[in-house]
Amino acid sequence: MRHIISILMENESGALSRVAGLFSARGYNIESLTVAPTEDASLSRMTLVTRGSDDVIEQITKQLNKLIDVVKLIDLAESAHIERELMMIKVKTTEKTRAEVKSMADVFRGRILDFTPETYVIEVTGPSEKLDAFIAALDADSIIEVVRSGATGISRGEKGLHL
Amino acid sequence: MELSGAEILIRSLKDEGVEYIFGYPGGAVLHIYDALFRQDDVKHILVRHEQGATHAADGYARATGLPGVVLVTSGPGATNAVTGIATAYMDSIPMVVISGQVPSPVIGSDAFQEVDMIGISRPCVKHNFLVKDVNLIAETIKKAFYVATTGRPGPVVVDIPKDITDPRIKVPYKYPKKVSIRSYNPAVAGHKGQIKKAVDLLLTAERPMIYSGGGVVIGEASKELTEFSQLLGYPVTNTLMGLGAYPATDKQFIGMLGMHGTYEANMGMHESDVIIAIGARFDDRVTGKLDMFCPYAKIIHIDVDPASISKTVKVDIPIVGEVKPVLEQMIDLIKESKKTPNKKALETWWKQIKDWQAIDCLEYDRKSPLIKPQFVIEQLYEVTKGDAYVTSDVGQHQMWAAQYYKFDKPRRWINSGGLGTMGFGMPAAIGVKLAHPDADVACVTGEASIQMCIQELSTALQYKTPIKIVNLNNRFMGMVRQWQEFSYESRYSHSYLDTLPDFVKLAEAYGHVGMRIDKPEQVRPALEEAFAMKDRTVFLDIITDQTENVYPMIENGKGHHDMKLRIAATGTTTDRELA
Ligand SMILES: Cc1cc2nc3c(=O)[nH]c(=O)nc-3n(C[C@H](O)[C@H](O)[C@H](O)COP(=O)(O)OP(=O)(O)OC[C@H]3O[C@@H](n4cnc5c(N)ncnc54)[C@H](O)[C@@H]3O)c2cc1C
Ligand SMILES: Cc1ncc(C[n+]2csc(CCOP(=O)(O)OP(=O)(O)O)c2C)c(N)n1
Ligand SMILES: [Mg+2]
Repeated sequence: MRHIISILMENESGALSRVAGLFSARGYNIESLTVAPTEDASLSRMTLVTRGSDDVIEQITKQLNKLIDVVKLIDLAESAHIERELMMIKVKTTEKTRAEVKSMADVFRGRILDFTPETYVIEVTGPSEKLDAFIAALDADSIIEVVRSGATGISRGEKGLHL
Repeated sequence: MELSGAEILIRSLKDEGVEYIFGYPGGAVLHIYDALFRQDDVKHILVRHEQGATHAADGYARATGLPGVVLVTSGPGATNAVTGIATAYMDSIPMVVISGQVPSPVIGSDAFQEVDMIGISRPCVKHNFLVKDVNLIAETIKKAFYVATTGRPGPVVVDIPKDITDPRIKVPYKYPKKVSIRSYNPAVAGHKGQIKKAVDLLLTAERPMIYSGGGVVIGEASKELTEFSQLLGYPVTNTLMGLGAYPATDKQFIGMLGMHGTYEANMGMHESDVIIAIGARFDDRVTGKLDMFCPYAKIIHIDVDPASISKTVKVDIPIVGEVKPVLEQMIDLIKESKKTPNKKALETWWKQIKDWQAIDCLEYDRKSPLIKPQFVIEQLYEVTKGDAYVTSDVGQHQMWAAQYYKFDKPRRWINSGGLGTMGFGMPAAIGVKLAHPDADVACVTGEASIQMCIQELSTALQYKTPIKIVNLNNRFMGMVRQWQEFSYESRYSHSYLDTLPDFVKLAEAYGHVGMRIDKPEQVRPALEEAFAMKDRTVFLDIITDQTENVYPMIENGKGHHDMKLRIAATGTTTDRELA
């Protein structure tokens, strides 16, 4: 199953490589990984998307918790949560296809960020599956470039991941 | 008080209570060596290779429970230390390794003797630190010791760029009394409810087994394990790392388990209905094939490291905590409980175990005209009255030492189990001897292993650490040869060492005593003579039967109940010819 693991860790050089190193050393897969500072300058927040059986996910969270730089973590998949990923996609357009691409973007609540006579850059935000669906909806030959931020997430309700 | 970074480092070690530091100098640590020179609180042991430094510090740590401390230079000094760091990591040994680094301004420029020690060591340390500010040295050292010695212990590397130890830059020094790390809070006490559940289950057992490991040694819980086991009257088996945590000469002890464990211990595990694993980590050398492991048992597991629990074998009652307080609580609960162990079932169980024991899985040919390695270990046991510190290298000799030397006390058996590092034994023995100058220290080794760190014989002379090296010389990488015999139709590919040195001369060249023993009747007198030489390191080169194999054995892919026994193995061992 797919899990989104949210990690608060010390904002120190090397912390990221400890997490990445752990995954490669133990053969866990990483589907995506994002990391950025938080409102507390001493902490950064990492969101890691991985897949595995319950046993594997249990080992992953235990091994992550063992890293000294990891302050706290939660597996978002365990409770209600919101997931968002941002994608920017550059597509080829022609006079014929332009309107069609635009309306497709509208369906996915995408925004056109840039255009030239031959291209569009479209921004789409949402759960990763929605971005997959948008890509699938486009004509594969028209896609020039795809950039995705990797998923991030937050739990619903009052509980939060903080110190 | 204003001190330089180098002085702060050494003062911090002193204030941490460090007695010995094992090291080797080089450019990046010259400021530190200069600070070492101008004091004599922390004693420096100059090894001959940085791997030797880590193993010696490791031996010191295993024999005392105190952290071992190592100092190496950047680049090759640091990389040479990696094998020893990984060795300590796999066996959860507390160690602090200080490595020099190139000056901060040139880090990342492929400077002379630069390696990314933080990156290289990361997968085999509990944690590592790069010190970027002279004002952070004392605190970092305190943190390093704190992390290395608490929870599940392990090695910690502190990488210090040369400019941080500059003698011209002086800053105020104060060694912190305590540190805390917000993201690091190892569990101590176990969960009360879980402990209660575990005791209830234990008292319903009909075919119980106590499976204890290195965690009992590390956690100083031998006394508690012994009381707990004797209160219940259940059979006890130890892992290779746990030997000595429960007295081997006690009647409840049924030997080591696992690949080269006893028949009774492995059969006991296989047939058991309730197993309590205490500070043991279900290593693959212990479990054999996982889907055949302990098919009838409910399993209780005590471990400080949650990641050790249900890693390979799913357990029924996990208890995260230090063995000592958890066992204390269990002992109290058993004493208070109205329930008692099922006497009748236990009688039947012990009878079954006695039947397995009657097979005498450790018997060997005592009439052989050749020296049997098992015989040497038995003699070593007798000559040292079972009270020596025994280090070992890796191979058949290691297994024979584990099987035939009956360790009654913890920290007496010192070997590399998890990484299986050849070259560990002799430098480790030096560390042990420094820690216990009055004790007998033996290093059981093989002619291949001993050559991996042979240069440390020189260290043994310089620091007057009289150890006895028992070289079970079978002219083979015996353990490799054994696997080739069993699994590769005796194609002995590169497991034979064609040009062995004359170990007697070699020992003498290093300033020690060398002895060559090639007849069984010489073994006892030679050992007696060697141990009587209290102030000399003695190298006993013992020419053993090179066809001997380690039995019993669980071969790859087999379960505990499917051991290869000597009697069942083809032919006797002496009628086969090797080389
Ligand atoms: C050639 C060779 C053959 C081998 N054959 C065998 C064999 O036949 N049988 C065998 O048993 N081994 C054998 N080994 C060793 C094997 O590889 C493992 O090293 C060993 O089995 C691990 O022992 P352990 O389970 O006691 O764990 P250790 O490695 O000693 O780990 C200790 C465990 O206890 C925990 N712990 C530490 N401190 C505490 C504390 N204070 N409180 C609670 N928990 C704590 C740790 O988290 C860890 O999980 C062999 C090795 C070699 C090189
Ligand atoms: C550094 C290292 N290299 C290789 C091995 C693989 N290995 C395990 S046992 C062994 C042979 C050891 O031979 P020896 O020291 O003579 O001991 P014996 O088995 O003959 O008693 C080897 C090569 C190892 N454990 N460590
Ligand atoms: Mg050999």
